[in-house]
Amino acid sequence: MRILQYILKRLIYMLPVLFGVTVMVFVISHAIPGDPAKMIAGPKASRQAVDNIRKQHGLDKPLPVQYLRFVSGLVKGDLGISIRNHRPVTHDLNDFFPATLELTLASIMICLGVGIPLGIISAVRRNHLTDHLTRIFSVFGVSMPVFWLGLMLLLLFYRNLGWLPGSGRLDIDFSPPVYVTGLYLIDTLLEGRIDKFFNVASHIVLPAFCLSYVYLAIVTRIVRSSMIEVLGQEFIITARANGVSEWMIVLKHAFKNSLIPTVTITGLSFGELLGGAILTETIFGWPGMGKYVVDSVNYLDFPAIMGFTLIVALVYVSINLFVDVLYAFLNPKITY
Amino acid sequence: MKTFLKNNSKWQEFLLTARLLRQNPIAMAGVVILTIMTLLALCADFLAPFDPIRLSLSERLQAPGLSHWFGTDEMGRDILSRVMFGARISLRIGFIVILVSGGMGSIIGAVAGYYGGRVDNIIMRLMDVILSFPSLVLAMALAAAMGPSLNNAIMAVAFVMIPKFARMVRGDALAVKEMQFISAARISGAGNGWIIFNHILPNCLNSVIVLATLTLGDTILIAASLSFIGLGAQPPTPEWGAMISVGRKFLMDQWWYATFPGLFILVTVIGFNILGDALRDIMDPRIRR
Repeated sequence: MRILQYILKRLIYMLPVLFGVTVMVFVISHAIPGDPAKMIAGPKASRQAVDNIRKQHGLDKPLPVQYLRFVSGLVKGDLGISIRNHRPVTHDLNDFFPATLELTLASIMICLGVGIPLGIISAVRRNHLTDHLTRIFSVFGVSMPVFWLGLMLLLLFYRNLGWLPGSGRLDIDFSPPVYVTGLYLIDTLLEGRIDKFFNVASHIVLPAFCLSYVYLAIVTRIVRSSMIEVLGQEFIITARANGVSEWMIVLKHAFKNSLIPTVTITGLSFGELLGGAILTETIFGWPGMGKYVVDSVNYLDFPAIMGFTLIVALVYVSINLFVDVLYAFLNPKITY
Repeated sequence: MKTFLKNNSKWQEFLLTARLLRQNPIAMAGVVILTIMTLLALCADFLAPFDPIRLSLSERLQAPGLSHWFGTDEMGRDILSRVMFGARISLRIGFIVILVSGGMGSIIGAVAGYYGGRVDNIIMRLMDVILSFPSLVLAMALAAAMGPSLNNAIMAVAFVMIPKFARMVRGDALAVKEMQFISAARISGAGNGWIIFNHILPNCLNSVIVLATLTLGDTILIAASLSFIGLGAQPPTPEWGAMISVGRKFLMDQWWYATFPGLFILVTVIGFNILGDALRDIMDPRIRR
C-alpha cells in the first residue's frame, strides 16, 4: 500500500518535469530560430509559401497561444508534418522505434551481462592484473568517440576480416519477418526461421557492442567501486568469520548490496543509449530513430528533429521514474 | 599579515596537490598527453609540415608515407597538419564551453544552495528539465535550431553542461553556508552577493576544478559528435569530428582518413579523464591527510 502511495507521489512529481520538457522543446522549436515558419517551409521556399505556413501553423499568434496549440497537438499524438517526406512525424517515429528499441535492449544486455561480472571480478581481485586491465578497458570506454569506434569496428570485422555484415538489420536475400513485436530477433523466432534469426543476430552484434561500450565501461566502474565499498564493511567480516564461503559472500551478501548504484546507472545509461543511438545507427545504417534524425538534420527537417527530441526525453523521464520505483522494492530503508 | 597567511596556506595546498600528482604515474601520463596536445595546438603554425587547407589535387588520397605521415585527404591536404590544427579547435571548444558552463553553472548552483527555499526549488527544477534530455540529443536540437555552425555548437554544448556544475556547487554551497565563518561574515554586515562570491564560490573551487577536468573530455566528445552529424564545424575547417564525417565516405579504401583524427580525439579525452580521476582522488580530503 505504501509503495502504491510512493508511486503515485512520484507520478505527481513527474508532472512539472513533463511540463518543463514540453516548454523546453517548444522554446527550442518556436523561440530560438529567427523565423520558425521559414524553418518549417524549408530553405528553398518562396516568401508566399512562408507566409502561408505562418498562418496555417498559427505562428503569427502570441507565444502562449502557440504553446497551447503545440501541447494540444501533442496530446493528440500530433508532432507535425515532416518537411522531407510530408508524412506525419509520429508515423515515421513509430516505424523507426522498434529498430532502435531492439538495438538499445541488446546494448543494455551487453552492458549488464559483461559489465557486472567484470566489475565484480575487478573488485574481488583488486590491484591484480585483471583489475588493471579492466580499468584500462573502462578508461578507453568513457573516452571513446562512439562514431569513430563504429568505423574502426567496420574496418576490422567487415572490411578486413569479413566476419560480420556492415549495415542494416537483415541481408537483402531475406524478407523482413512478419510484424509481431517489431523486434527482428523475436519475430524471426516466432516465425520459426532459425537461419533468419542468426542473420539478424550477426547484423546486431557490431552496432550493439559499439553502442554499449561507453556504458559498459561506466557499469563496470560503478559495480567495481560499490563492491569495493561493500566488501570493506563489517557485516562482510562477520560473515567471513562465521565461515561463509567466499563466493557466497561476494555474490549473495556483497553484490545484493551494491545493486542500487548499479540500477541507477543502468537507468541513466538507457536514456543516454538513445542519444548514442544517433551516432551508432548512422554508422551502421541501422534503420532506427537515430538514423532518421540524422537524415532529418541533413535536411534541416525541424518537425522531425523536435519530435525525436521530445520522444527521447519522454522515454528518459519514464525510465527514471521506473528506476525510482525499483528502488522502493530493492531498498526497504528508502522512505516513501 | 593576515593576507600573507591566507596566501601561504593556499600556496601550500597547491604544492601538496602538485606533489601528490607527481607521485601518481597515471596522472602524470594524463599531464604528458595534455601538454603534448596543448603544444600541438599552440605551435601548429610551426610544427605542421603543410598548410592544413591548401589544396593539392595531384596528391589526393595518398596512403601514409614519408612525405605525408598520416596520408592525404580527397583534396590532397596533409592529414597530419590538419589533425594538428584540429587540436587547436577542439581544445578551444573545450575551454570555452567549460568557462561558460562552469562559470554560469557555479553561480547558479551557489545562488540556489545559499538562498535555499523557493529560489533553490525553482532553479533546481529548471536544471532537472535540462537533465531530462540525454545531453547529445538536447545539444543536437539546440544546435539545429540555431543553425549549423561551430559557434552555435559551442553554445549548445555549454548550455547542456550547466546543470552538472549547478548541481554539484549547490551541494557544496549547502554545506559551506552552515559554517561559522559565513555567520561571522553576515554579522559583520556582508551582503549576500559578497558572501556568495567571496566565501561560497571560492570554497567550491576544488570540486569545480575536478568536475571541469572530467567534463572537458565529455565536451570534446559531444562537440566532435555534433560536427560529425554536420551541426558543428563546417568543412574545410580541420575539426576532428568533421574530418571523420568526410573520411567515413572513404573508409573502405582509405582507412587512414577517418582513423587518425579519431585517434587524436580518443587520446585527448583519455588525457582529461585520467587527470580528472586522479585530481578527484587527490582532492578528496579523506585521502589527502
